[in-house]
Amino acid sequence: MSDEIKHEWPLFEVFVRAKRGLNHVHVGSLRAADHQMALHHARDLYTRRNEGVSIWVVRSDDVVSSGPDDKDAFFAPSGDKVYRHPTYYSIPDSVPHI
Amino acid sequence: MSAVSAADGERVFAETIEKDLRVEPRDWMPDGYRKTMIRQIAQHAHSEIIGMQPEGAWITRAPSLRRKAILLAKVQDEAGHGLYLYSAAETLGADRGDLTRRLIEGRQKYSSIFNYPTLTFADVGVIGWLVDGAAICNQVPLCRSSFGPYARAMIRICKEESFHQRQGYELLMTMMTGTPEQREMVQDATNRWWWPSLMMFGPPDNDSPNSAQSMAWKIKRHSNDELRQRFVDMTVPQAEALGVTLPDPELRWNAEREHYDFGEIDWAEFKRVISGGGPMNEQRIAHRRRADEEGAWVREAAAAHAAKQAGARAGAAAAGARPGEQGEGGAA
Repeated sequence: MSDEIKHEWPLFEVFVRAKRGLNHVHVGSLRAADHQMALHHARDLYTRRNEGVSIWVVRSDDVVSSGPDDKDAFFAPSGDKVYRHPTYYSIPDSVPHI
Repeated sequence: MSAVSAADGERVFAETIEKDLRVEPRDWMPDGYRKTMIRQIAQHAHSEIIGMQPEGAWITRAPSLRRKAILLAKVQDEAGHGLYLYSAAETLGADRGDLTRRLIEGRQKYSSIFNYPTLTFADVGVIGWLVDGAAICNQVPLCRSSFGPYARAMIRICKEESFHQRQGYELLMTMMTGTPEQREMVQDATNRWWWPSLMMFGPPDNDSPNSAQSMAWKIKRHSNDELRQRFVDMTVPQAEALGVTLPDPELRWNAEREHYDFGEIDWAEFKRVISGGGPMNEQRIAHRRRADEEGAWVREAAAAHAAKQAGARAGAAAAGARPGEQGEGGAA
């Protein structure tokens, strides 16, 4: 039980496509020696009951994400652009199909 | 992109809890919340992993191929549940290798229920019915727990847990239509597992020091006694349908409360078993330790193989070959 056991296998994030036509969705993570093993483990761990038709695995180290601190810088600019939404425009009820 | 100050973080955290939203891994959270979450998720994960043992021992001795396949799938689910939970713990900065070490060194606990032996095949059925039934009672409210990754893991677990309970009950129904000896086995297993199942909900509310804080943080949604009562109320009619007697002479319907009254739980036994004095504590940990140690060479070999393959790919890329040709795309 030495420290070398720590982090011996890297962490992978797992994404599963539930059925054709849907996006891959993040379902969790697992540890594996390499990508191939990560795929096999993901199959065993996350698709025991037909939950998926396709799996992606990505090294967690390789995921770059925005943080809670970035929330304003990233997402506030879209907050005041109401003209990007269809409901911003008033059209008389008498006009059909719009 | 200035760092959120602690005061801001605290305000956002309080609002998140207040509005019943979920806390996500990278949000600011109080140290106590993080520690409580890691401890609870780790203990839950350990329980799933140790929980493979009592039933795992019966896989090769299950009486038919059908029962073997069912039990194998169930024990595989327990492993899966443990891994979903370790995955959730890792989002908080815990390391699953470290958590495993804490388990086998006795520094972290797991549910006391798994320290009882499985003496007959009827125990497999009773574990599904009572132990998984109690687990479902505990776990359904955790699907709304305030920490996002834990709540999501619990949703997945609860979906799978229902099969565990039903296969157990069906097994018992089958045995109850068998010989008098088989019916006696079911009654005997029920007698042994009933009280430990009631202990799964934890100490009584007036002796549960961490409960108030966990409720305030919406990690927990119902008190231990509340969930225990819910389990008793659900289970009594199931016992009647099965034709077994629950081993509690004080168990009776209370029309005024509209709940079943039940006898006093032996909390001294609970404390003894959770602190390592149960019939199987040493064996469970020894088995987990042995599995860890005997698996070490496999983990090392796989890591060495992966490093060698990565080295070969890097070498091939440097020599001008198409990178990633080997190994990466083969298993579609």
